[in-house]
Parts: sequence; C-alpha cells; structure tokens
Amino acid sequence: MSARVAVIGGGAAGMAAALSVIEEGAEAVLFEKGTALGGILNQCIHNGFGLTYFKEELTGPEFAERLASRVRESRIDVRLETAVISVSKELVVTYENPKGSASEMFDAIVYTSGSLERSAGAIALPGERPSGILTAGQAQLYLNHYGYLPGKNVFILGSGDIGLIMARRLTLEGAKVLGVAELCPYPNGLNRNIVQCLEDFGIPLYLSHTVTKAYGRKRLGAIELSEVGEDRRPIPGTGVKIACDTLVLSIGLMPLLSLLRPLGLKKNRSGQIEVDDSFMSSLPGLFLAGNALHVHDLVDNVALEAEAAGREAARFALGKRERGDRHLLAKAGEGIGYLIPGLIEEGGEESVLFRFRSARPNKDCYIEFFQGDKTIKKIRKPTVIPSEMEFVRIPKKLLDFNQETTIEVRLCPLS
Amino acid sequence: MPVELICIRCPRGCRLRVDDDLKVSGNSCPRGYEYGIKEVTAPERILTSTVAIRGASLPLCPVKTSAPIPKGRLFDGMDEIAKIEIEAPVRAGDVIEKDFLGLGGIDLVATRSFAKEGK
Repeated sequence: MSARVAVIGGGAAGMAAALSVIEEGAEAVLFEKGTALGGILNQCIHNGFGLTYFKEELTGPEFAERLASRVRESRIDVRLETAVISVSKELVVTYENPKGSASEMFDAIVYTSGSLERSAGAIALPGERPSGILTAGQAQLYLNHYGYLPGKNVFILGSGDIGLIMARRLTLEGAKVLGVAELCPYPNGLNRNIVQCLEDFGIPLYLSHTVTKAYGRKRLGAIELSEVGEDRRPIPGTGVKIACDTLVLSIGLMPLLSLLRPLGLKKNRSGQIEVDDSFMSSLPGLFLAGNALHVHDLVDNVALEAEAAGREAARFALGKRERGDRHLLAKAGEGIGYLIPGLIEEGGEESVLFRFRSARPNKDCYIEFFQGDKTIKKIRKPTVIPSEMEFVRIPKKLLDFNQETTIEVRLCPLS
Repeated sequence: MPVELICIRCPRGCRLRVDDDLKVSGNSCPRGYEYGIKEVTAPERILTSTVAIRGASLPLCPVKTSAPIPKGRLFDGMDEIAKIEIEAPVRAGDVIEKDFLGLGGIDLVATRSFAKEGK
C-alpha cells in the first residue's frame, strides 16, 4: 500500500501542500468543510495577490481558482463538504460529511486550517451588546458573497489589512467610513493598504486610540473613542462619542487550533505550535503550514510555505525523511516577536528559511542571528515593522550541531 | 516640489521620491518607477467589485477592471457595475462589459467561475 497524506483545509495552504505531496510521490487526501476549494481567498475580491507565486497580479478568487484547477487536474482525492472533527496521536482522521462520519488512518497529516478572527469578546469590549458589531471578515463575507451592506455609518477598530481593505470596500459600496482606530502608535496593516484604502478616500487613521465603549440598545448608536498612553491603556478624560451604526473589528487573527488541542503539542512563547525546520510538530508525522502555523501577510508566502511542508510530509510518509540525531533549538530574542522554526535538525534540506516578525517598528538596525556568542548572520535593515514578515535563509553548515547552544535572532541597533 | 510616496504596486511598499522633472528614486523595480510617475501625473487604480449573477451558487460574481482606471472614475465605475446582471455559467477572465466607462480598451472581467446551478 502506498503512503497517504491527509491535508486538512482546502484554502491556499492546503491546495499548495496537497500538490507538493503528489509531486513527491505520495497520495494526498484533501479535506475541505466548505462546498468549494479556496477558503478565505474567495471572499477577498481585491487585487494584490500572486505577484510572487504566479508572477502576475491577481484577485483572491483568481489566485484560488488557479490553484484549484491544478488540484483538479492532479490525482489529489478532494473531499468537499467534509469537516474533520478529530485528529488522533496515531494520525487517525475522523470526519463528517453529508453521508455520515468515518475514520481513516494516514502516514502523515498536514494541518492547514487557517486562522480565526479575534472578536469583540477577545478584547472584552466594554458597553452594550447591540447588533452592528462584527469582524472585518464577517463584513467581507456579507458584502462580497451576498451583497448585504452591514451598515451605513461605519467605524473600524484595528488597522489590520482586512479592516483597511473593508474600509475601501464599504466606502465604494456607499457606506460612510468615519475612521479607523489603532491601539499601537503605528499601523498594523501593510503600507500600501494605508495608501490605497484610507488615504485615497480621505478616511482618518487614529493611531494610539481605541474604542472604549459601545452605545445602543438594539442597534449600535455610537462608540466612544479614547486616546491610549504608552502602556496602551485608555487615558481617562480623552473619550469622544462618535455616532455610528456599525463597528467593524480588525483586531488580528489567531491560528485555528481547536482540533489539535487534545494532542497537547508543544507550543512556542507566542502560543504557536512549535515546528522543526521541516514544519513537523512535536507529534511525529503531523505538519503545519499557512495561517494555522503563524498568521501571514501574503497568500503567496502561505502557498510557498505549504509547498515545503507538503513535500516534507510526503517524505515522512514515504519513509524518505533523512535526518540526523542532533538538533538545535532556535528562539526569538530581543526585539523579535516570534521565530519559526523553533527546532533545527541536522540533515534534510541544506538550509533553513527562518520566518519572524519584529516586536515593534525600528529604523536603521541589524537583524542578527547568534549561536551562543557567535554571530552567524547579520543583515542591515533600513526599516522593520511588525506587519511585514521577515525571511532569512541560513545554510545549515554555518550551524554547529556539536554544541547544544540555542540559535537566537535579535534586533540590534546600528552602533 | 519633490513628492514622497509609498509604492502600492506590490506588498513591499517601497518609499518613493518623485522629483519635479519626474525622476523616481527609492523604487526596487521598474513597476515602482512606472507607479511613481503615474501617481503624480494621472493616478490610477484597479477597481474590484461584484456584479449580480443569476443561476449561480452565490448571488454575486466578483469582477475587476482589466487595467487600472483613473482614480477619479472609481465611483462612476461602481455606479456602472451596479446596473449589471449576468447569468451563469461564467468563467474567470470572461469579459462582462467591453470598453468599461469608455476608457478605451479597458474591460470589466469576471474573476471567478460559476457553473449553472440546479435544473
């Protein structure tokens, strides 16, 4: 019997992973709970995708369709309307579809189920609970799939990319977007989206501000906007009441990990599942990629990462994983928000592509990789911002696997 | 007066400077150079939205302009798009409206395929 790999989630990551599983010579079963492949890309009707992966500027649905047609032409076993309900330590996948439920055992699993938006509950938004408060992704779904304008006078909390995209989209569809509030003193979305989604339409961005209250019995009637101090806490007495009927939340995404919780996988300091440089978690045979591993800013990078994870999962399933016994730990140091991978094994690929984000914006600095006191790589950066993921490739031959010292990346001042 | 811009042609967001004589600096690629000049002379954007569709699994089909259109015409474009209704099946890339807004060679195209649903 040949090696079989389950891929859980049929978005960009899942499709790219399944395609490389097949290419590597294993069989792939792609589980998708929805009625179509493509995941969240289908509601991201704006352009700006694909420049790296397809060398062409595409909208979300176009990006999804290109991958989906490759999937359809391949021998990937696609199971639509099939929701995975559990994953066991023995790599048994239990799922449900309109025909009933069943379990199957696999030789490896790639978990690509994406992320979840943080909701009003996650930030304990004070005030009433009227209708008219929804996440940016929900607003996007209602508007782009069904044509429902969620409100006429909209305020947006959080400057994440989806919130910025929705500011433009709601404006074009006739709503008045009154402003965007961002808790941090810097925007959290990509610069290009600040320009083309806010500045193009004269929408104000309130940095170091947050929504401190929601007013309204049945429908939202107003919000209170307050300034925050350096400690990110509202400054008493700065509150201003703004009349609006809708509050859109764009306050971040979190990897969707509920299915994996019972497995007790090792996590890193930021709460992400810890993976090695082949994207394998602490459960041998279980791999992660895309937003389920860490939240990306670009789908192109999601697809590239998932391709690598799919390849590694296939090698594992086929018994072709060639790794040494020695490994090194890697961690995010001073000025770095998180670092992936957290474990580097001897053997396998010749180099490691580290993915990380800075903890805060910085100008004229170095990104420096250390093993113990020794500098392994030092890169000068004119600017770093947390909203832009950083990538650094390091050949494994530069790492000393004889020592048990940890690899650490830090943000260092120029001097 | 030189103008400082953030390039929006790709997610990298290069910081451009466009001089009075339309010399662009700070760009990392030819797309950025082109954007710098366009943005100070005649700013353009690709318009993406949705049109009504009958007989598909969803009531809306996403669309885009085949090339960037003048920034000042975005709302005219939205008004035009609101009048359109199409019928499934449709293929991504199909022209929904030729010579959109009479801009000369720019079309409105579908960005998602829909099969004909049901009977």
